Amino acid sequence: MINKFLTADEAVAGVKDGMTIMVGGFLGTGSPEILMDALVRRGVKHLTVIGNDGGLPVGTHGAKTDRGIAKLLSAGMVDHIIASHVGMNPVIAEGMNAGTLKCTLVPQGTLAEKIRAANYGLGGVLTPTGVGTPMQHALDELGREKRVVKIEGKEYLLEMPLKADYAFVRASVCDKFGNFKCEKATKNFNYVMAGAADKVVLASERVVEVGELDSDHYDVPGVVVDIIVEGEAKWQI
Amino acid sequence: MADLKERIAKRIAKEFKDGDFGNLGIGLPTMVANYIPKNVDVILHSENGFAGLGEVVEAGEEDVDIVNAGGAYVTAIDRVHFFDSAMSFGLVRGGHLDITVLGAMQVAENGDLANWIVPGAKVAGMGGAMDLVVGAKKVIIAMLHTQKGQPKILKECTLPLTAQKCVNMIVTEMGVMEITPEGIVVTELHPDYTKEDIQAATGCKLIFSPELKAMEEE
Repeated sequence: MINKFLTADEAVAGVKDGMTIMVGGFLGTGSPEILMDALVRRGVKHLTVIGNDGGLPVGTHGAKTDRGIAKLLSAGMVDHIIASHVGMNPVIAEGMNAGTLKCTLVPQGTLAEKIRAANYGLGGVLTPTGVGTPMQHALDELGREKRVVKIEGKEYLLEMPLKADYAFVRASVCDKFGNFKCEKATKNFNYVMAGAADKVVLASERVVEVGELDSDHYDVPGVVVDIIVEGEAKWQI
Repeated sequence: MADLKERIAKRIAKEFKDGDFGNLGIGLPTMVANYIPKNVDVILHSENGFAGLGEVVEAGEEDVDIVNAGGAYVTAIDRVHFFDSAMSFGLVRGGHLDITVLGAMQVAENGDLANWIVPGAKVAGMGGAMDLVVGAKKVIIAMLHTQKGQPKILKECTLPLTAQKCVNMIVTEMGVMEITPEGIVVTELHPDYTKEDIQAATGCKLIFSPELKAMEEE
């Protein structure tokens, strides 16, 4: 069986300045912290980051450090963030005011579907969300115009796929092939992102032998995982 | 102010029927959960990924893998099902959500809603709001009737929209209103106010239901 194991630093060694990455998590819950730490150590710049939000800044909900994407933002590594909600991390508003950070907002359900479209090989998705709002009239995150498509009398926006060079995702448990599961509310964007990038890097809290758990235990197939990194820890408040 | 918000939350709680699947926004809408009677079985959606939201937990009692859409540590009920963001919003857009309760900056008489951005002010983002109001079967707005004395219920919204023609009901401290093709119909008026009071606080012509009732506190 192919060996997918690397250290966190080895796993991010291919990330270059200006790349687009996507990061699982919802306000930090379900984010791969050891991969964010390794990216900060690597110190790449000018990243475009796709995620639900700007992570959780230190001090919020008892966070002793920045959490998730907040680590990359605080380190000044991000030029463009594509997210649905950025109000909890003040670093984003500061960067936007200073002109150093671009922010493209996407409705949360649309964001998930754009990523899923990239993952599942679809040319886009049609959603009723955003019709008649600034979402219809603004260009998308890559400067593409939105098209309105009418089907059986109802208007939909054509939302295009969103993919990345790297996807950084987090599992509660995976086997040594990369089949994985995220427990409880840590699933969020991890499942759709696994497969929506050229390289998928999985950090897991627990790694077990192939066959140790019933295959039905896993939600995401290891075939979409390129790199596995051990040592992700449960979040400490 | 607190008791005005409580009044609004209590009234909205009555809209929930046994078996409903609902979503409550942050702030005043969250208070609605406190007033849904125990014998009315409601499943609450948490858009970050589960059906079966419980309550915010005390410090020291947290399960770090369970947070609500505001990132606060919460409990899940016994019948909870956790899912990913794609399914979470599939449930929303797919018409599986019976009720969503949100706040608003402006509501227009045709049901247009603006509640996510003020041009020039600090940007927070729409999060799941645009999907929720497009997808839920019934959209209820929970808000104080005016903002610094200025009407929030208007002929047309001046702020960028969250969605077109999506609001079904508005509940404020002054009364209960339904959006109809003819306009906004006041169905309940709180005894503290007259028809003239509520009309004066509103930026479009209100229609008073022939069966106008008193808005009950309990």
